[in-house]
Amino acid sequence: MSGIIAQNTLGGSGLIKSPEGGGVWNFIKKLTASASSDLSFVNGTDDVVLDSTYKTYFFTFKNIHASAQANFQVNFSEDTGSNYNVTKTTIYFFASHNEAGDSTSLSYQASYDLAQGTGAQPLGLSFSSDNDAGGAGYMHLFDPSNTTFVKQFISTAGGFTDGDYYNTNNVSGYCNTTSAVDAVQFSMSTGNIDAGDICLYGVSS
Amino acid sequence: MSGIISQNVGRTSGLVKAAAAGGGAWTLIETITASSDSTIEFDSGIDSTYPIYLFKIINLHVSSNNTKPQVNFRDGSTAYDATKTTTHYSCSHNEADNQTWLQYETGGDLAESTGDQAFFYQNVSNVDDAASSGELFLFSPSSTTFVKHFIGRLAVVANPVASGQGYIGGYCNTTAAIDGVQFKMNSGNIDAGTFKMYGLGDS
Repeated sequence: MSGIIAQNTLGGSGLIKSPEGGGVWNFIKKLTASASSDLSFVNGTDDVVLDSTYKTYFFTFKNIHASAQANFQVNFSEDTGSNYNVTKTTIYFFASHNEAGDSTSLSYQASYDLAQGTGAQPLGLSFSSDNDAGGAGYMHLFDPSNTTFVKQFISTAGGFTDGDYYNTNNVSGYCNTTSAVDAVQFSMSTGNIDAGDICLYGVSS
Repeated sequence: MSGIISQNVGRTSGLVKAAAAGGGAWTLIETITASSDSTIEFDSGIDSTYPIYLFKIINLHVSSNNTKPQVNFRDGSTAYDATKTTTHYSCSHNEADNQTWLQYETGGDLAESTGDQAFFYQNVSNVDDAASSGELFLFSPSSTTFVKHFIGRLAVVANPVASGQGYIGGYCNTTAAIDGVQFKMNSGNIDAGTFKMYGLGDS
């Protein structure tokens, strides 16, 4: 590419020429928690797009602060949020290290994976409610509107527990359905998301 | 937004209108090209403009064999010495196809330490065609309420010659803003490589 417009690619203002072949990340929605029982992204509601517009969706988690120590978790809906109970098979492993420096772990967490389960999938274990504690991470959701294949998701999230253990949590799995996934809900296993925000982006293809 | 141009946002052809402050797209803030540098420092442009910063490390070639790529953070002073607690694990598979591992790196993590965080504790190679590439996410660096999380991974050519990948996650245990990020080797220089810093907006 050449010329003024092309030179402005990745600029934060003015006109840009969209790259051939896509790859543009598009901000869709930001949900900010305030003692919230959940943060839910429902296609077609409140400007949320979660359909065939994009092949890949990306969620970011920032400063997820729990009202009480609890697991940060996700679930999916195929009926625009009426029920968050899509069948999932997942894996979960984490690396752990405490501030005291006397405990480490790299382990599969069999208690937190799902095998054709419909319950919420933990993305981060035991997020602390300490004043300065805020978990962070991201989750990819691939082709949620596909009606031929299952829907894969991949997440990495960091957070620390009340005992000052830090966990790097790694989750992946698939929604075992050929129905479109059209809503995603984040919550804590107990209590509320006291503060923090979750953003949704779509990656044009 | 309205109008023909804004309606074209997200399309793969024609003109699009960049929204304010990057509008959620990754915005390239700075590129630094290494040339026998002892450190690569992003010492400006990390502030409240973006809630997430992403650093791309592309073809990092090291001057000295058996060395470790590292990262550290600046929290208000001139030193890159933010207190950190981290995890570090790695995996590897050698070209001879007789060694593999996935392991926690007990010597490569940090517990309330101000030292540098290794990206790959088991050392990288400096053979001519060896290079490392990867990424590092830094979340909410300007928050003065919460600690600052980071998550990264680096694919390397290890020594002895193998494909390796280092995974790091942790937090700068400070409520001061993080305003600088430094990459360096534990010994020797960063002979070559491209380092890019992007910001991801959320509005």
